[in-house]
Amino acid sequence: MAAGNEVSSTYYIQHHLQNLTFGKHPDNGWSLASSAEEAREMGFWAIHLDTMGWSIAMGVLFIWVFRKAGKMATTGVPSGLQNAVEMVVEFIENLVSATFHGRNPLIAPLALTLFVWILLMNTLKIIPVDYFPELFARLGVDYMKIVPTTDPNATLGMALGVFCLIIYYSLKVKGVGGFAKELSLTPFNHWALIPFNLVLEIIGLLVKPLGLGLRLFGNMFAGEVIFILIALLPFWAIWLLDVPWAIFHILVVTLQAFIFTTLSVVYLSAAHEHH
Amino acid sequence: MNINMTLIGQTIAFAVFVWFCIKYVWPPISNALHERQKKIADGLDAASRASRDLEVAQEKAEQTLRESKEQASQILEQANKRSAQIVEEAREEARAEGERLVASARSEIEQEVNRAKEDLRAQVSHLAIIGAERVLEASVDEQAHRKLLDELAAEL
Repeated sequence: MAAGNEVSSTYYIQHHLQNLTFGKHPDNGWSLASSAEEAREMGFWAIHLDTMGWSIAMGVLFIWVFRKAGKMATTGVPSGLQNAVEMVVEFIENLVSATFHGRNPLIAPLALTLFVWILLMNTLKIIPVDYFPELFARLGVDYMKIVPTTDPNATLGMALGVFCLIIYYSLKVKGVGGFAKELSLTPFNHWALIPFNLVLEIIGLLVKPLGLGLRLFGNMFAGEVIFILIALLPFWAIWLLDVPWAIFHILVVTLQAFIFTTLSVVYLSAAHEHH
Repeated sequence: MNINMTLIGQTIAFAVFVWFCIKYVWPPISNALHERQKKIADGLDAASRASRDLEVAQEKAEQTLRESKEQASQILEQANKRSAQIVEEAREEARAEGERLVASARSEIEQEVNRAKEDLRAQVSHLAIIGAERVLEASVDEQAHRKLLDELAAEL
């Protein structure tokens, strides 16, 4: 009984942490993975349908709500939705003007997109862990992990986007020579230390997106695991732990969205700086 | 938890959303915000200007009031002075008129008295002559004694 219980618990946890994967299996061709092993065997040529679907849904929700508010936006007294949207926009504007010291019309909308999108994706975690997997299981879909930010692909994907912008603006503002100089002559401005500098700076550069993505992923994934563990408790004990953890996660959700946004702006600001 | 194409897909989705945000979401909201900010600043400016204007106007009104009060009191004072003067003049005139009247009456009385005296004198002289005639039983030549009679009358 104990062993059986253990097995089912392990299965429950693994099941909840498995994405709905569509990809090219060496044996089955392009198909949905029916188990974690199959998903693993698909290698790189696979896509997490749940991650993509939910993140795009949240992105569309963000664009739709903010676009609606933007269309309604007047210079008169704002109300309701417009108030909320303007609060967020103003918050982002202040954040950007405080941390970004160049002039680039791309940064503020980028920060707004990052913040609201990540916030919405993170917020999906407040939905009880069993609702959607159960619902989709009834509809015949085996796996459904609804929080995109608990998938490293999603967080690293966004970090990759930010990284591309960092490289792009570093090259654009400093020039190829300037960027190469920055990589090779800092922190030690001596020709003999160029290899050492290069190793240091390139690691530093690569750590930026990696840290950005993994920080968000780690926080969200850990929270998700705890939610799943709590869900394994007897039904009368679940709410006792679930409620405080969910309340705590309201903080984590917002904080992680904020940190991701702020750090992206800071990194991009550094990319714009001349030396 | 495998790294796969989702990574690329997410990057593309990210890029699309950012592009959409730059193109359609950020400008209207940001513009509205800044315009409202400007409007509010203008409004506050206008309000402070209006209050300053009000202050100036109040001060001006107060000054005008003070001036007019002063003027009014001046006019009143002048009028008072003038009326006192008029009264004084009238009194003076009345007094002068009275004096004149009294003087003329007095002179008239004097004249009357003189005339009466003259009359009396004439009558006395006449009576004296008559008396003398009675005494002398002769008429006295008035012409001849005119001088004497006049002297007598003057003595009376």
